Amino acid sequence: MKQTSVLKRISESRLLWPLVAWAMILIFNAIVEPGFFKLGIIEDPVYGKRLYGNLVDIFNNGAPLMLVAIGMTLVIATGGIDLSVGAVIAISAAMGAVLINPALGNELITNDILTRNATNTPLPLIVLANLAAGTLCGLWNGLLVSRAKIQPMVATLILMVAGRGIAQLITNGQIMTIYYTPYFWFGNGYILGLPVSIYIVALVLLLAWLLVRKTSIGLFIESVGINAKSTYYSGINEQNVKLLAYTFCGFCGAIAGLILSSYVHSADGNNNGLNYELDAILAVVMGGTLMTGGRFSLFASVIGAVVIWTFTVTVYSLGVPANALLAAKAVLVMVVILLYSDYIRRWMNQFFERRGQKHGTAN
Amino acid sequence: MIEAKNIVKMSGIAKSFPGVIALEDVDFTLRSGEIHALMGENGAGKSTLIKVLTGVEQPDEGAIELDGKFVQVRSPQHSQELGISTVYQEVNLCTNISVAENIMLGHEPYRFGSIHWQKMNELARRAINRLSLDVDITQPLGNYSVAIQQMIAITRALEVLSAKALILDEPTSSLDMHETNLLFDVMRTLKNEGIGIIFITHFLDQVYQIADRITVLRNGKLVGTYDTPSLPRVELVAKMLGRSLTELDAISKEKSHEEEKMHKQHLVEVKGLGRTGTLEPVDLELRASEVLGIAGLLGSGRTELAGLIFGIDSPDKGSLVVCGEKVNNFSPLESLKRGIALCPEDRKAEGIVGDLTIRENIILALQARYGWFKFLSMQKQNEITEKYIQLLGIVTPSPEQLVKNLSGGNQQKVILARWLATNPQVLILDEPTRGIDVGAKTEIQKLVMQLAEEGKSCVFISSELEEVLRVSDRIAVLRDRTKVAEYSSSVDDQTLIHTMAGEL
Repeated sequence: MKQTSVLKRISESRLLWPLVAWAMILIFNAIVEPGFFKLGIIEDPVYGKRLYGNLVDIFNNGAPLMLVAIGMTLVIATGGIDLSVGAVIAISAAMGAVLINPALGNELITNDILTRNATNTPLPLIVLANLAAGTLCGLWNGLLVSRAKIQPMVATLILMVAGRGIAQLITNGQIMTIYYTPYFWFGNGYILGLPVSIYIVALVLLLAWLLVRKTSIGLFIESVGINAKSTYYSGINEQNVKLLAYTFCGFCGAIAGLILSSYVHSADGNNNGLNYELDAILAVVMGGTLMTGGRFSLFASVIGAVVIWTFTVTVYSLGVPANALLAAKAVLVMVVILLYSDYIRRWMNQFFERRGQKHGTAN
Repeated sequence: MIEAKNIVKMSGIAKSFPGVIALEDVDFTLRSGEIHALMGENGAGKSTLIKVLTGVEQPDEGAIELDGKFVQVRSPQHSQELGISTVYQEVNLCTNISVAENIMLGHEPYRFGSIHWQKMNELARRAINRLSLDVDITQPLGNYSVAIQQMIAITRALEVLSAKALILDEPTSSLDMHETNLLFDVMRTLKNEGIGIIFITHFLDQVYQIADRITVLRNGKLVGTYDTPSLPRVELVAKMLGRSLTELDAISKEKSHEEEKMHKQHLVEVKGLGRTGTLEPVDLELRASEVLGIAGLLGSGRTELAGLIFGIDSPDKGSLVVCGEKVNNFSPLESLKRGIALCPEDRKAEGIVGDLTIRENIILALQARYGWFKFLSMQKQNEITEKYIQLLGIVTPSPEQLVKNLSGGNQQKVILARWLATNPQVLILDEPTRGIDVGAKTEIQKLVMQLAEEGKSCVFISSELEEVLRVSDRIAVLRDRTKVAEYSSSVDDQTLIHTMAGEL
């Protein structure tokens, strides 16, 4: 009978499906392209010995999405949605670029100033400004949703559209290339042979986990997502719970913007973090959080983000052109939606139950 | 009279859900031209039996015969095609289109490719006349009361779906006495036409008023089917509960002396408290160690009064003084801190958080008072949960059960536990026993009286007068959004009824 409960626990775990999906993509790669898993160590001129290979790239390039998925999980768990994270990434990136060289904001500057590897603003201040800009965006979303009671989709749509404009205002409408090398560390650096961005994701994930699971905030978020009215009647300030979720999501978007602009050495108001909100939502859904809110798992959402990036890298390595990626992704979305539909779920549960019973009688 | 034959015959029905046996070897027959009451506590299996009959659930075992033929009811649509129709408590029609459209929905007559309005209205009118209802079929459905809407739903079931068996699930729970009688007239008409009616209700009076036969279920098993005249009321209740009625009687004797409570401390003083459009100014005081009953019809302002005291809405008139301090800040959280608790009227929408566990539901309010960063340890949470599961007798396999899976009575107990865990001074209970079974009802009534004994001030709001009379030390009567009278507990129900109706 013990086996029944283990099987059942596994089948009920939120981590199961994203892990299964990931395993399926990895197995596919193992068959189609044996070189996919190749890992090696090379000497990096700046950061010393480091690991390289597809798997490292997946985690390094996927880091911004994982961060955004963490924030998005909390927002969706309250029963909301944040469409503005892509724009928040752009704002955060623009903030960094403009502070590295304030002169960049002006149009008449010499190439000499533009491309020098130096800055007048201390790096910690630049990072702080990045984070502050994104967090403020989140706060704005939170105020619209919790205080002005605007529907989350509409409220965050405002910043989704306006945010890219704001990012361009900050950079004066230009795509700004960054030449200041210490800034590159966040997106390209290595600690002990692993990308810095992985450490950042781990840190934010830990922080978020502590925030929601070691305080009552996680319980309140789930409660608000399931039944906001009952939660309010129980004496919980549901407005502040929502405000916190959106603000935290903005914060996550800001870090993602920092890593992304650092990785690509530039800030582009139009393209930084484009479509990230949609990928993040997909990651959260894959992680088993319902779009209507309620129970959530941060880890499952992060794995969801990993799945999306593994899929992306796989598609690229198969030689599918970049502009056809969206079409390929649509297939992924469709499979996910089917797997998570009530009908398939019920069928799966029945399957697991029958398996469990068989084991039960066999023992 | 048409000769009675079996329309529906269900035999040996069994149905189990993971961990629960909902039905076990249940037989049920419905004859033509009878009104058959299906009785049982919450969790007895009534709704599962109905779901099996209407094709929402498939039985694990057993057979269903319709008019002597074995059938498998595949889906709710299929059951309608077979002539079984259900009218639910919440009418599932569209309020914004006309009565005629509602009746004919999906079966509209067409002419030249568009709806033949004249014919449709004609057909609808004929259907309405059959039940001799006074309704203008061209009006939007929303213009009529819930009672009329229900009868229109019945009309639709009969006329368009040509039902032979009609299931009425708690049809009278939101109707007043006049409307109930109207519905009963319709039911009698149908009965005489040979239609079989399954009637589900919590009101014993109504069962004896109209039902021909009674089937009692308990814990998923059939207790028996009886002719109504041969089953005295006391026995029916005893069969539903599976125990004797002495416990019910014992309660009222426990009431302690009222005189000694008269000079007890005033915990809450309500002075001219009101809110425009919600409640006219009300004066009231809540004292320690007593139960204040609030009687009033639906819409009399009783729920609104509770909401204002608890801070769900802010009043714009009058004042509220709690323990000698005037209240300026109205919100549930502030009330919680002041020691006021409210078990809201709508258990599903305002009370439980269905997808959370019993443990999480119980600690919710206490945790709200502690705030975000003083998180109760798991050990402490389990202690509290265990304590209240024991104290209130919450029936559950585990504290980690989701609250939505509990029966109504147990859900209500969980909400009570949520508030008792915060140790409130004032406990406002808005319809705490609505829609829950007789056993849990008695337990909750007992608990309220016991809490008052312990020094708490309880406010007991209920539409069942008998219950208010039994539990309360004082009774305030509300009518038309204001308080109209206050009585001691020695008042008789006739006086209360007349006050509520505005004849005194």
